[in-house]
Amino acid sequence: MSFDIPENLYYTESHEWVDPETGKIGITDYAQDELGDIVFVEFPGVGDHLETDDELGVVESIKAVSDIYAPVSGEVTAVNEALEGEPELLNDDPYGEGWLVELDLDSTDEVESLLTPEEYESQL
Amino acid sequence: MALRTPPLHAVHETRGASFTDFGGWEMPVEFDSINEEHEAVRTAAGIFDVSHMGEITVTGPDATELMNRLTTNDVAALEPGEAQYAAITDEEGIIIDDTVVYRLPDSLPEGTPGAGADYLFIPNAGHDAQMHERWTAHREQWDLDADVTNQTDEYGIVAVQGPDAEDLVAAAAGEAARDLGRFSAEAMTIAEVPAWVARTGYTGEDGYEIVVPMDEMEPVWAAFDCQPCGLGARDTLRLEYGLLLSGQDFNPEENPRTPLEAGIGFAVDLDTDFVGRDALAAQQESGVEQVFTGFVLEERGVPRHGYSITDEDGAEIGAVTSGTMSPTLREPIGLGYVDEGRAEDGETVFISIRDEGKRAVVRTPPFIGENQ
Repeated sequence: MSFDIPENLYYTESHEWVDPETGKIGITDYAQDELGDIVFVEFPGVGDHLETDDELGVVESIKAVSDIYAPVSGEVTAVNEALEGEPELLNDDPYGEGWLVELDLDSTDEVESLLTPEEYESQL
Repeated sequence: MALRTPPLHAVHETRGASFTDFGGWEMPVEFDSINEEHEAVRTAAGIFDVSHMGEITVTGPDATELMNRLTTNDVAALEPGEAQYAAITDEEGIIIDDTVVYRLPDSLPEGTPGAGADYLFIPNAGHDAQMHERWTAHREQWDLDADVTNQTDEYGIVAVQGPDAEDLVAAAAGEAARDLGRFSAEAMTIAEVPAWVARTGYTGEDGYEIVVPMDEMEPVWAAFDCQPCGLGARDTLRLEYGLLLSGQDFNPEENPRTPLEAGIGFAVDLDTDFVGRDALAAQQESGVEQVFTGFVLEERGVPRHGYSITDEDGAEIGAVTSGTMSPTLREPIGLGYVDEGRAEDGETVFISIRDEGKRAVVRTPPFIGENQ
C-alpha cells in the first residue's frame, strides 16, 4: 500500500509532520490509516510553549489511543477546532483540513533534524 | 507461541483485511473501516469470520448431566435444535467463560458439524483446550459416561448479521432458514457444504451463526454477498448492546466476577446443581457489591478498558471494562462495574480519563434498540 508523503513537509519517526512554512503540525497519511476511524482529538492550550518531544495532544480512533508529540519546539498559536466536531477530517485529509496545531517555531533550524520525505518513506 | 490462523486468512488478506491476535488466533480486525462495517450490520448485513471461537462436542448417556453440572443454565430444558446461553463458573461462582450450548438432534446428516454428538458448545477464543480439560476432568471425578471432543480445529464459524441476514441466508441455505426462531438451529446445506445453522449472534441484530467444516469454509464465505466485517466492528456492535466480552468484561484472573455481578443472572438456574451453584445462591441472598452497567459520557473523551469510575469527590466507585465512541449514536459509551448504590439509571458518575474526571450518566444497556 502506498501512502501520500508530501514533498514540502518534514516528518518524525512517530509519524507526525511539520510544515516549516506555516508551523502547522499533523499526523501522516500512514498514521491515520494505521489508527483507523478517528473519533476524538485532544489539543494543548493556545499559548502553551512546547519543547521538542513534549506531548502535543491525543488522537483516538475506535480501536486505539495515540499520543502525539511535538516534532519541534515553539508556542501554540492555533489548534484545529474543526476536528472537535469532525475528527474524521483527520482520516480524510491528514495534510490539509486535518492539521492538528500551529506552532510559532522557536527556530526553523530544528526542522532540519527531522526526516525528509525520502527518509520517512524508507522507514515505512 | 505461533498464532493459529483461520483457513480464510488468505481470502481476508486478499480482501485487504488488517489482522490482530485474538485469543491466540490471527483474526481480521478490519476490512474497510470499523464505522462502515458497523453501519452495514445495523442497516443491511455483514459477514464475520469467527473461527477463533471454540467447538466442543459432548456425547453419551451422561452428556446432559455433565453439561448441566458444568454450566449455570438448565441444559435439560433444551429440545433438540435449541440453543442456550450459559456461564461456566468455578466453585466460588466466578465466571471462567461464557458459552452457547446447542442440543443436537439425533438425525444430523453425516458431515454436519456436531453429527453423532448430543451437545455442541462454543467456548471463547483460546479457551477450548481449558474447557476440554475441565469437562474431561469432571467426567472422571464424577464417574460419568460421556465423550468430550475438542473440535475447534475441525469446525469454523461464519456469522451473518443484520436486518438483511434472513434474506441472505434463505438465498444461500434455503427458505427453511426463515423459519428458524431465535436461539434455534438446524442442519442445512450452503454451497454444497453441510452446515449447522443457528439463529444466534453477537451484534444485537437478527442474524445467523453457521458452523461448517473448517476445510470447507471458503465456498460458504463466498456464498454471502455482503460487507465483510472484522472483530473491530464486532466489538463496537456488541458493546452498543451491552453484551459481555470474555477477558475484557470478566476475567477470572484480573477481574473475577460472578454472573450476578456481570448482569447475566438470567443464565443462572439455581434449581440445577452446577459447580459454583452454592456460592451464587449465597450471593443472591446477600446481594452484590458492584453491578455491571453502562454509561454515556457527557463530556468529550473516549472511555477505555481500565479507566476508573469515580464519584464527584474523585473517590473510586468502579472501573470501565469496555468503551468506545458508539458508531450508531456518535456518543462515547462504556460498560463497567459500579458500586451497587451508584448504578441506578440517571446517576451521575465520572470517568477518569488521563487524570481528569469526565462527567457521565449511568444507563442500563442496550444503548440502542428498546432502551434508546
